[in-house]
Amino acid sequence: MVDFSSILALLVEGVLLAALGVLTGILFMGIARKVVARVHNRVGPPVYQSYIDIIKLLTKKTNISHGWIFDLALLFSISGILLTLLFLPIGGIKLLSIHGDLFLVLYLLAIPALGFALGAGASGNPNAGIGVMRALVMMFSYELPFIIAVLAVMIYYDTTSIATIVASQSHMRWAILVPPLLIGALVADMALQGMLMEKPFDIPIAPHEIASGPMVEFGGKYLGTLMLYKATSIVVETTLFVDLFLGGAVVLDPATYGAVAYAVNLVVWFLLILAVFIISVLINTVFPRFRIEQALKFYWSYDTALAILALMWIYFLYI
Amino acid sequence: MAEEIKEKWSKIARWASKRSLWMVHFCTGCGAIEMPPVMTSRFDMERFGMGSMATPRQADILLITGYLSIKTLKRVVRVYEQMQAPKYVVAFGSCTINGGMYWDSYNTIKDLSKYIPVDLYIAGCMPRPEAIIDAFNKLMEMIDRGEARGWEKYEKYYEKYKRNQEAAFNYKLEEVEEVEEERKGGEK
Repeated sequence: MVDFSSILALLVEGVLLAALGVLTGILFMGIARKVVARVHNRVGPPVYQSYIDIIKLLTKKTNISHGWIFDLALLFSISGILLTLLFLPIGGIKLLSIHGDLFLVLYLLAIPALGFALGAGASGNPNAGIGVMRALVMMFSYELPFIIAVLAVMIYYDTTSIATIVASQSHMRWAILVPPLLIGALVADMALQGMLMEKPFDIPIAPHEIASGPMVEFGGKYLGTLMLYKATSIVVETTLFVDLFLGGAVVLDPATYGAVAYAVNLVVWFLLILAVFIISVLINTVFPRFRIEQALKFYWSYDTALAILALMWIYFLYI
Repeated sequence: MAEEIKEKWSKIARWASKRSLWMVHFCTGCGAIEMPPVMTSRFDMERFGMGSMATPRQADILLITGYLSIKTLKRVVRVYEQMQAPKYVVAFGSCTINGGMYWDSYNTIKDLSKYIPVDLYIAGCMPRPEAIIDAFNKLMEMIDRGEARGWEKYEKYYEKYKRNQEAAFNYKLEEVEEVEEERKGGEK
């Protein structure tokens, strides 16, 4: 007998969580623009500017399509990123957590980017082709140190489940308080800079070199959907970082405090991912752009060396 | 009821369109030098949600900053046609109004509105950043009232615009005619 009410509850929770993720991401894009403006000593747009931008893009009168792959690839990326969001514990809310989901999330993270690349490739613009090539090289560069850092976390906590990693860090025993994992967090934060495509790693979408790269042919509704995808990916990537290194934003145990704990944990989750994101935006503000081979060199020499150091430290001294 | 909802919805769309104007990064003539102060911390047009975009597909405003040679006009028409409606053209400086100091040149166009529909002119040679910010505010008011409808005019008089463009591309500037018969002198 299938329990329909629990399936319905799961669906409702899933939709609410996805909406929370998307809306938070759009707010973060606005906050990023405000922070950059303040660093430039400008007034800057209001923090809700990105909501206005998305409404404008979705209400454009004409929208040029470049064939059905162009249309479907966007759905592919936005559904992929929403699925990834539902697999991550958000402030202790575990919706689709399963055993070994850290591997699953690492795989799922690549899917939306590939969908985006597919859509950009379908537009046939040479700038988009260059942008996609650069984006793939970037993924290839930052994933090596990132996965070694994640491996250090997995070995330290002896699990491949994100929920267990979060549970092991309860009572403020955050992973960054363990010295080798602090190095791991540093490595992962550098990789995060590349994942979020912030400077110095905004090579794929360099607006002044290759006319915003993969996005060059996206306009109107297509660009609006792309912004929704970008917003969600900010939340997914910072939440993954918070789950792995900052205790997953669980400060109160839902078993003892009930609904209050969920509310407090969500607020803490929001503040923690905001802090991680603002660090990334501040780095973005003061740096110029790397060339693609410089980015590859950076990730595969310094970042990977630090990651291997963290891994060996964990392996020889903590196990 | 359906009409009411449609009216409300178009009002929301106009409001969003007004508060988030993106310009295409296409600079012609000498007027482009007035844009950096408008964008950076002195005047900061991002306060109004404005920004510059790298491609015409993403942009709402086409800013023509100065004189247009016939060679550049071809590119401007292509960029304008690649933009997604609703789209607005702001013509900048006296060169786009009557040719300015290039009034007797053989290879610059004199009146931009005969080739693409212009929503707003900024007079001056060159207009100061204050004038540009003022013009953007005027454009926002026009969008809010639903008056900035140049892109609809381009669809309506497409044949005439094309004929004028072709004449200019073949250096036959004397064959270029008024697009709208009812246009009054000095009023736009």
